Amino acid sequence: MNTLNKEMTPAGIVAQLRDGMTLGIGGWGPRRKPMALVREILRSPLKDLTVVGYGGMDMGMLCAAGKVRKLIYGFVSLDFVPLEPFFRHAREAGSIEIMELDEGLLHWGLRAAAMRLPFLPTRVGLGTDFVRVNPDVKAIASPYADGEVLLAMPALKLDAALVHVHKADRRGNTRLYAPDPFFDEWFVRAAARSYVSCEELVDEIDSGEADAHCNPFERNLVSGVACIPGGAHPTSNAAIVAGVTSYGWDAAHIKTYCAAADAEDGWAGYCAQFLAGADEAAYQSAVGGRDRILALPRQVM
Amino acid sequence: MAETNFTLAELLICACADVWRGDGEVMATGIGFIPRVAQGLAKRTHSPGLLITDGESCLTETPVALGAKTHEGRRYAGYMPYSRVFDTLWGGRRHALVGPVQMDRWGQGNIACIGDFHRPKRMMLGLRGFPGNSIDHTNSMFVPKHSTRVFVPGEVDVVCSVGYRDERWRAGVRRDFARVHRVVTNLCVMDFDGPDHAVRVISLHPGVGFEEVQADTGFPLLKAPDLHETTHPTAEQLAIIRELDPRDLRARQIKDNPLGIRPVA
Repeated sequence: MNTLNKEMTPAGIVAQLRDGMTLGIGGWGPRRKPMALVREILRSPLKDLTVVGYGGMDMGMLCAAGKVRKLIYGFVSLDFVPLEPFFRHAREAGSIEIMELDEGLLHWGLRAAAMRLPFLPTRVGLGTDFVRVNPDVKAIASPYADGEVLLAMPALKLDAALVHVHKADRRGNTRLYAPDPFFDEWFVRAAARSYVSCEELVDEIDSGEADAHCNPFERNLVSGVACIPGGAHPTSNAAIVAGVTSYGWDAAHIKTYCAAADAEDGWAGYCAQFLAGADEAAYQSAVGGRDRILALPRQVM
Repeated sequence: MAETNFTLAELLICACADVWRGDGEVMATGIGFIPRVAQGLAKRTHSPGLLITDGESCLTETPVALGAKTHEGRRYAGYMPYSRVFDTLWGGRRHALVGPVQMDRWGQGNIACIGDFHRPKRMMLGLRGFPGNSIDHTNSMFVPKHSTRVFVPGEVDVVCSVGYRDERWRAGVRRDFARVHRVVTNLCVMDFDGPDHAVRVISLHPGVGFEEVQADTGFPLLKAPDLHETTHPTAEQLAIIRELDPRDLRARQIKDNPLGIRPVA
């Protein structure tokens, strides 16, 4: 009998979060963001968050809604829209604290946290304005004969990580069939607690060997799982395995969202049109229904 | 055989492809449309050893056609998710061709923002991968509109990629992995092989004069001793470009899609 049951509702997951926490969010720009959990945060009174990630609309929406104290990011982009528009407003207004990282430095800081180290050395960032605008990030000299001076990338410790995968079981075992897993594993390892949303939830994953290789991180890192089919919308959740839920990003919806960013009171308008409902089901009806989401074709690069 | 009937975009694709000549088995990463066609052209012609991706997470020995509507027919040789991109670039086995918004005489590039970093006048992309790329492996740059706004008189507003300015390097930091190879623009091709890495014009596109390039550049330029006209595309190169870009998206990359050989005024 399975005595481990980590199934939670999206609201139950967000109820575990606290004001002022540092949250890591998996995915990459417009790809595989746990957007349903982000929307649940938008519905909650949570505030003063530090948000860490390879950002897209997750960061843009949380900024627009006034949830963010600080962003730590490798970029905030929607790919075919190079700069996230609500993030651009926040950045140009100077309304949020930021730590802008080289993309590789971000994963390095997560790895340091995952290994419970204070920092990891690298040369990335030296010779650039990164060191000028981040005076708290120190350099160190190699203790060996080479004596090379290196940047000591500080650990990026997370209070919680949020990621979206294809499949999970109630024990917290997961499967990710994405073209690129990005750095979800390192967000999870860097976090005190991790919460996973998924397209499909089963009692017990009990697979063959090849499928087991699609397990991105161990279940003992997972505190809660929520089944939210289509929950990455409007970002993509492409799969490279046949028979698994796979959808592209919703370019039309993203364009509507970007147009809102350029309009007077655009965020309020976007919320009224898409986020006024009580839950994810209401959101999915407002954007054309779950069937429409799950049928969105994967983008061809 | 060199052709006379080609567009500027096609000439630039060939000049961009040339940045990888002789690189062997490094990963070629062209950011933007013209650099991406160029990486495929380089692989299909003089540099078959290059590693290139399908634009997502796989390596392919058959450069994909751009603008495709499906993944049908794509064949893959290997796997290159972003985690391996970082492993590859930190290990130095990569040469990227990138598009800075500003570049200075030291080869430092800016894509982050215009104005003050903490309160930008215009936010752009942020640092993205520029710090790591530039300190760990060779980079070249592509600038589709050569002007003093790009090639600034002083230092770039935000130094995102490292260059040859000594004041930016504290003692003990390794500089020898960093190299800015070439800068390809709509007017010319430049390198940093002058005295103390001074910028030189090494070839001028057909019909372009050195004085015009200098007037559009915010810092002094040198003429390479063998300064010549940029090599015209061959019929073979043009045929491959048409295969890599069957929908002629290259025609939209440079304003008004000018001819490669400027008509005499």
